Amino acid sequence: MKRTAAVLLALAALAGCTKSQKQPTTVKLGVFEPMTGANAAGGAMEVEGIKLANALYPTVKVGGQEYKIELVVADNKSDKVEAANAAQRLVDQDKVNVVLGSWGSSLSMAAGPIVKGKQIPAIALSATNPLVTKGNDYYFRVCFIDPFQGTVMANYAFKEVKAKKAVIIREVSNDYSVGLAKFFSDSFKKLTGDENAILGELNYNTNDQDFTAQLTTLKSMKPDVIFAPGNYTESALLMKQARELGITAPFLGGDTWETPELIDVGKQSVEGAVFSTFFATEVPITETSKQFLDAYRKQYNKEPAAVTALGFDGYLVARAAIEKAQSLEGAKIRDALVQTANFPGAAGIISFDANRDATKSAVIKVVKDGKFTFLTTVQP
Amino acid sequence: MTLALFLQHLANALALGSLYALIAIGYTMVYGILRLINFAHGDVFMLGAYVAFYGAAMFLLPWWGTFLIAIVFTAALGVGLERVAYRPLRDSPRISVMISAIGASFLVENVAVVLFGGRPKGVTVPDVMNVKLQLGQVSLMSVSVVIPVFTFIILAALLWIVGKTKTGMAMRAVATDLDAARLQAIDVNRIISFTFGSGSLLAAFGGILWSYKYPQLNPLMGVMPGLKCFIAAVVGGIGNIQGAVLGGFLLGFVELMVIAFLPTLTGYRDAFAFVLLIVVLLVKPSGLLGSRQGEKV
Repeated sequence: MKRTAAVLLALAALAGCTKSQKQPTTVKLGVFEPMTGANAAGGAMEVEGIKLANALYPTVKVGGQEYKIELVVADNKSDKVEAANAAQRLVDQDKVNVVLGSWGSSLSMAAGPIVKGKQIPAIALSATNPLVTKGNDYYFRVCFIDPFQGTVMANYAFKEVKAKKAVIIREVSNDYSVGLAKFFSDSFKKLTGDENAILGELNYNTNDQDFTAQLTTLKSMKPDVIFAPGNYTESALLMKQARELGITAPFLGGDTWETPELIDVGKQSVEGAVFSTFFATEVPITETSKQFLDAYRKQYNKEPAAVTALGFDGYLVARAAIEKAQSLEGAKIRDALVQTANFPGAAGIISFDANRDATKSAVIKVVKDGKFTFLTTVQP
Repeated sequence: MTLALFLQHLANALALGSLYALIAIGYTMVYGILRLINFAHGDVFMLGAYVAFYGAAMFLLPWWGTFLIAIVFTAALGVGLERVAYRPLRDSPRISVMISAIGASFLVENVAVVLFGGRPKGVTVPDVMNVKLQLGQVSLMSVSVVIPVFTFIILAALLWIVGKTKTGMAMRAVATDLDAARLQAIDVNRIISFTFGSGSLLAAFGGILWSYKYPQLNPLMGVMPGLKCFIAAVVGGIGNIQGAVLGGFLLGFVELMVIAFLPTLTGYRDAFAFVLLIVVLLVKPSGLLGSRQGEKV
């Protein structure tokens, strides 16, 4: 009896809480990122950018009232199933107004139907697979997409490496990796005019640590260049084992490689690895870039990664849209987001096209002396 | 496929298989004594690698020094785990102990996430383990030679302990009948603690050598190897030490040869480990070298 009474009391207290919160003075931004698991470093870097923007612009004005912007971080654990759960929790339980993230196209795609169903707009920061936004009116992204990135790297392989034959090794369960590999392959075949320019496509799985079997096969194919889009976790081990097996062909990859962990794990084996990404600190693009760089260097005392700049941009774009919509309603914020044009972000000017993707230039970087070094900028 | 290529694949499989074997021994030892599948074994493996990493990074210990502290730490952890999570449940139904083991595993994993963070750490491989060897057309790192040698030394040492020493005799007695062993004035708790300690020690060895071969640590790194080595132990006949080694090699071999000969099926790499398990269980339920027993979990 006593226990029942206690439970009832607790429930009453809870009910009281929810009642008093009916007039929100905060806007909730859901940060949907991998904080643990294989993509944890990527998630952490994007969150850094979001938090930095939040510290600089902590409020938004809607209907004459100042709202505090609160960040609700949900860990999607680098796992597609967990990602769906985390997204569901953000929209149902935390009742966020906008979702930011996630690092990793597969994870973003897992959240797609959920945000669409609840009419909560979501902004992907560095997820580059076209399917993240395709057919989903509520998903936006502040970066370029893989058909462009694949072409950029195929061009680099053909013109700079002067490669005639390539081998692709991809993470077969990762939509990002498979998509990027396909766009590279199409483009490379066109450039070389050789239907057989791709000597082979080898696969591995997420979380694999041993690639010796694939690499032994790869070595016997004798490619000029190896295209290996995938997470830094697997890619670092992949390159290490390749060098151990005596493979000397250069490695090319995508934006997911730009994490300190790639160098930390790969050490000398990742020297010379070339990849495309979104932003280089060597070439600030807008006034916002300078503001972002100054603030970041002051707070963290190091150079930011490209995806950190995108995290910063995602936050600003969301904030601007809420201000423009003058509403906290998902559908209205979405309508305001669609109209975003010539927005000066840290990683370039943002205008959404018909597919809610940003069109931006790509940057090519190389690992040199244990650092990511800027090589060149490629216009779309 | 040329001979040189095949030999390279063989060498790769040998290195991977011996790592599996090393970890599988730990599973099999505990099972042999207690009929308990120690699900936390993979997490002890992870902790061993982390302790060695911090030993080298923070206290600048030489590589053999990191082995020492990792061994001491994990052996203590193994003994402690048994005392806290398994011993109070020794007379409970088998299923309770199993659930306690799963709980212990989750606890260790999540404490590790909090302590070490979710971002992976890069291990600096000691120079001795990082020498590139060229045998004919086969390229190998020295660590890949060290691991199999090490596994066989461990195997020989364990067979000697179990077969020839008094402690080993007591272990066999406890494995056969715990209550009868107690009646013979065998200190059952001491024997069980010894088994857990040495099983965890092997997990630490496995974890460190794993981190030399795949120099990347994360708090969940023990989950998949733990599962696979459990399979290896069951395939070889759980409770049987030679069986665990055989199962480990077989598993490494099957995995790599599937990728080598059927590259289109690479995505199903982990599935093949489980297919192997199912096939062996269907054909010979007690495992390749296992003897028939009554009850199993």
